[in-house]
Amino acid sequence: MDWFPLWNSLRIAAISAFIVFFAGIAAAYYIARLPRLVKGILDVILTLPLVLPPTVVGYLLLLLLGPRRTVGAWLFEVFGTKMVMHWWSAVFAVSVVVFPLMYRTARGAFESFDETLANAGRTLGLSNSYIFWRIRMPYCRQGIVAGAVLAFARAIGEYGATSMVAGYTPGKTATVATEVYQLWRIGNDELALRWVLVNIAISAVVLLAVNFLERRERRMVRR
Amino acid sequence: MLSVNIQKRLGDFSLNVQFETDGEILALLGASGCGKSMTLKCIAGIERPDSGRIVLNDRVLFDSEKHIDLTPQKRRVGYLFQQYALFPNMTVEQNIAAALHRLPRRERKAAVQEKLKAFALEGLEKHRPHQLSGGQQQRAALARIMAGGPEVLLLDEPFSALDSYLKWQMELEMMDTLRAYGGDVLFVSHSRDEVCRMCQTVCVLSAGKSEEKESVHHLMHTPGTVSAALLSGCKNFSRAQRLDDHTVRCIDWGVTLRTQLVPEQLSYVGIRAHYLSVGGEENAIDCRVVRVVEDAFSTVVMLATPGGDEGRSLLRIEMDKSAWAAFDGAAALSVSAAPQDIMLLTGGGI
Repeated sequence: MDWFPLWNSLRIAAISAFIVFFAGIAAAYYIARLPRLVKGILDVILTLPLVLPPTVVGYLLLLLLGPRRTVGAWLFEVFGTKMVMHWWSAVFAVSVVVFPLMYRTARGAFESFDETLANAGRTLGLSNSYIFWRIRMPYCRQGIVAGAVLAFARAIGEYGATSMVAGYTPGKTATVATEVYQLWRIGNDELALRWVLVNIAISAVVLLAVNFLERRERRMVRR
Repeated sequence: MLSVNIQKRLGDFSLNVQFETDGEILALLGASGCGKSMTLKCIAGIERPDSGRIVLNDRVLFDSEKHIDLTPQKRRVGYLFQQYALFPNMTVEQNIAAALHRLPRRERKAAVQEKLKAFALEGLEKHRPHQLSGGQQQRAALARIMAGGPEVLLLDEPFSALDSYLKWQMELEMMDTLRAYGGDVLFVSHSRDEVCRMCQTVCVLSAGKSEEKESVHHLMHTPGTVSAALLSGCKNFSRAQRLDDHTVRCIDWGVTLRTQLVPEQLSYVGIRAHYLSVGGEENAIDCRVVRVVEDAFSTVVMLATPGGDEGRSLLRIEMDKSAWAAFDGAAALSVSAAPQDIMLLTGGGI
């Protein structure tokens, strides 16, 4: 059994989760401060990938990054390669699809934060960055970590957008999800089932981790 | 010295507060929702007033005309929050050290040790806030504030999170702390008892508006306005009309009383429950007993006045249980109040 799809899935998921971790936190933190109307609009736009079919996200990404589109063509000029059909092209697709998970969990965690603590810090002369990193983030840590793990779990399973933006090339862009589809299509049921079991095992472990973190967070809040 | 003159609108509510302190413990006394906490937040820079000026020891903290608005970090204001706002992820030691994070490590350590000692927190250095009792939390929060060397202390209902037994102990400790501090202190409270014990002067806030600063003694004995009389614990009020210099018509009670010199803008009179005595000639009011309520150590009797409308005009008197025993079962009772015990009040109603 060639383990490349597993390795490819994991690296795409890890890189995407890493990007989305920071982007989601930044978005959650800054958008919470905006006026209500702007906040409402941005909130819809940023959550949309959660409810859209991944194929629609993939299609939109192709409109943007496809080598014959304006942005894609410009990027081709700059980097000397097209943005789609590489293994790392899947990072674009997966990041967009899982971003709402991180953004919404981080926002929930930030909303549960007691602003009085930040105000106390400010009257004590603590800088805003000190307050963010030493008080706000530790307070919201568990929610944020849970969001990141959830995003990672979803990233491993992404199929629709990935298959459109990165395609399926065995040994190059194949992921667990696209591999299962291909194996089923050519009738290799036995191998397909093995990959299915691998996928279920990984996802179950990640979800157990999410549950564990959420329970710890609830205990923190109750204190 | 702290001088405050601020205005702020918040929907239907408008805040308009003026006062000055001069090295004293000034109480901001008012019912909940009257803008006490908002005033403190404006002074600390957490909220921004629409207009006005705040000056602390010759430093302008806020001036809407000159567009000065210092950040909370630069105001050097010690703010004790109602729930103390200790950082839950830090130990007691780290909480105090946070206020000193600019000091070099060694000096910081020494300063933290000193505060731990001064606030009886030794042995609790490594505890987190949730492991402390309410009293210990308050001490830790005070230690943290004092470590920062504030130029004014803002205490927001500091005893509201404590149960009554502990509260007394913490009040005694707080008095010592404030005496040792010696600077300006603003003490926000809705309890006249706390204010009597802790403060020298008081500024009454009602519906967002501040009244003249006065001595606590003056407020308790001769409150000038209805809201001040309410906060001083007076229980009996009646709308009133000035008849002449020493006579008022009490509309809700339906009686006419002799009083001290009546102010022109008289709107209400008030009589404290324990200044009404049974019997007596002057200002006698013949009442019907409506209800008798047994308190822990006293008896509260609700009385209907002769010309009064029963809904809002019941008189309330309080006496020792033993004193009430002589009248127990009586259907009617004549009570009286000396002219100097009738409070002549101005300002808005109840």
